[in-house]
Amino acid sequence: MYRYDEFDERFVRERVAQFSDQVSRRLDGSLTEDEFKPLRLKNGVYLQLHAYMLRIAVPYGTLNGRQLRQLALIGERFDRGYGHFTTRQNLQFNWPKLRDVPEILGLLADVEMHCIQTSGNCIRNVTADHFAGVAQDEIEDPRPTAELIRQWSSLHPEFSYLPRKFKIAVTGAEADRAVTKAHDIGLRLRRHPHTHEVCYEVSVGGGLGRTPMIGKVVRDYLPKADLLAFLEAIMRVYNLEGRRDNKYKARVKILVHETGTEEFIRRVEEEFAQLDGPSINADPEEVARIAAYFAPPTYEALPAVSRTLDAMKAANPAFARWVEVNTTPHKAPGYTALTISLKPVGEAPGDATSEQMRIVADLAEQFSHDELRVTHAQNLVLPHVRQRDLFTIWQRLGEAKLASANIGLITDIISCPGLDYCALATARSIPIAQAIQHRFASDTRQRDIGELNIKISGCINACGHHHVGHIGILGLEKRGIESYQITLGGDASENAAIGEILGPGLAAEDVPDAIERIVNVYLAERNEGESFLANVRRIGLSPFKAAFQEVVHAAA
Amino acid sequence: MPLLDRNGAKDDIWARSEGAAIGNISAPIVPWDALPDALNQRAPDQPLGVLIPNNISVEALKEVLPHLALVAISFPAYSDGRGFSLARQLRRHGFTGTLRASGPLIADQFAYALSSGFDEVELPEASAGRQPVAQWLRALEQISHTYQRGYGDGGSNILDQRRAARAAAQVHSQAPAQVPAQVPAQLQAEAS
Repeated sequence: MYRYDEFDERFVRERVAQFSDQVSRRLDGSLTEDEFKPLRLKNGVYLQLHAYMLRIAVPYGTLNGRQLRQLALIGERFDRGYGHFTTRQNLQFNWPKLRDVPEILGLLADVEMHCIQTSGNCIRNVTADHFAGVAQDEIEDPRPTAELIRQWSSLHPEFSYLPRKFKIAVTGAEADRAVTKAHDIGLRLRRHPHTHEVCYEVSVGGGLGRTPMIGKVVRDYLPKADLLAFLEAIMRVYNLEGRRDNKYKARVKILVHETGTEEFIRRVEEEFAQLDGPSINADPEEVARIAAYFAPPTYEALPAVSRTLDAMKAANPAFARWVEVNTTPHKAPGYTALTISLKPVGEAPGDATSEQMRIVADLAEQFSHDELRVTHAQNLVLPHVRQRDLFTIWQRLGEAKLASANIGLITDIISCPGLDYCALATARSIPIAQAIQHRFASDTRQRDIGELNIKISGCINACGHHHVGHIGILGLEKRGIESYQITLGGDASENAAIGEILGPGLAAEDVPDAIERIVNVYLAERNEGESFLANVRRIGLSPFKAAFQEVVHAAA
Repeated sequence: MPLLDRNGAKDDIWARSEGAAIGNISAPIVPWDALPDALNQRAPDQPLGVLIPNNISVEALKEVLPHLALVAISFPAYSDGRGFSLARQLRRHGFTGTLRASGPLIADQFAYALSSGFDEVELPEASAGRQPVAQWLRALEQISHTYQRGYGDGGSNILDQRRAARAAAQVHSQAPAQVPAQVPAQLQAEAS
């Protein structure tokens, strides 16, 4: 993984000192609260419902053991002994004191981490496929691109006061595990059909929130060398022309929509044509320098299938089940990418205690070439695990309550913090997730249902990605009462789609029933081997709407 | 209104004019609406400046740029960053006169403004009163190098510095070519 050089090191240290100075200028009255707000946001400090929250950047979701252990320490020393992994592959602490923030930033800088641009109207932490570098369907590792963009977007002189936040995601695989089409800019590495050169497909104007939209492709094959100049052109058009009269219409998706994709492309290309690429882009040596950090580790020569693993699986059905659900095929024979579920039934999705973080850090160091990943689905990944080590890892995870076998299943729910923490939320999210998990807790039942992504947001801002959940749940407030709107058929993959609303909002206690009825329709109607999403696409919304209405009537 | 550049506070030689009646002002800044008339009325050697809103396109400005000695871009709020992009575009179109950011900026934006092509910042009394000039100059020094190429730093950005370091290392590694002939072959091989 990437390591800081002297420049990166100095940059984050100076940023820590700069933030300390900004805090003291707020305290002595040089800056008004209004002027200070974007400065603290651009350092990840939010004012939440009960306290300040600190959001720490985990660039493209990559961490090593030392970094995770440092996060565990910060959680213990400055918070309540746990942290929350987010849908942007970041980590949030919910209870730090503002006066402790400079010290926390110093501890982060010690392990090459920061909170730069995890909030505010600027280019946010860049996300990427959590199986980068190991996925079998990968064309090129997206992390060098993501790291180049991380550096380029940090304290950008021109693009730090944008109309609204700006999110970029990168994938290098055929399957889109980074939800790139729901980002302000989505980059997909792909091979040109004639030249066979690896290029970027560039999409702009995707996003969720109150106006969900799928990104539009603005360039089919952008040469890799032109990346930064092309991004500069997009950002300049957006910075100049994005709406600033209404914060709900200020994202680039609205500009693309109101301008029209064709005209937007014309403006970007016109700006791009006027730029002097060589004076803006990173030179090939710099790109190669960054890429070298992401070279694969030295793998042992192993048989494709481990006999040790097979024997352990045969002897232990629960272990076999966990291996089947939580591992992903790896490029290297005899290895696997292991996803550790942070969704044990009844816990807040994405939360990990300091003790759990230390155990995962140990496992990463011992069994995964000191590397781990945070997924946008709020789980952790050990990307380079020998199959024969899985049993040992499973036992150690089990002791830490981290061995849930539910990745991609109905209890692997994405949920925002909701009204339990967030100042923007209009309804609770976590208790809804927990109630659904309890309803479907049976392993046999989950297994029978198969892949089903439920995503929950506690307000219209859609941090829980509900629009692209196979089943989406949006918590709203109607006349002082929480009301949950259910959508169906959303898809976060390369076939990205926005879910459709099934009917009127439900009370919190009726949500598990509604989900159960929806699932029962699928179980009754499915063909052999047909997934939930495929079934919804084939039979359409009507049968599900009918079942949903029964819940509405029963509740009325 | 208080004015400062990268060296600190400075006197304003320019004066705002309400309209195009600029006969008795030695260096007037006229509003955008009054610019066509002012261009007609100016004395042959009278420098002319204009204050523009930040939503004027560079296309609309191109024609008049060669006749202007100063362009002041209005920042209606510190949070409105359009002026940074407009400044970049004006510089790209060859404007070499004075570029002024005019509005309630904060000290933390000073480096951004200079990097984007501005020469100076003109502040409302209230912002300047709270943020002494020393804070602006200190803010300039806080981040010694940034990552973006081509933002008016003469190659001191991190990417160009890394490139320079690579070039220097390469010159260094070519040194064995100058190794004297009497050095044993084994040492030469090691040196290369």
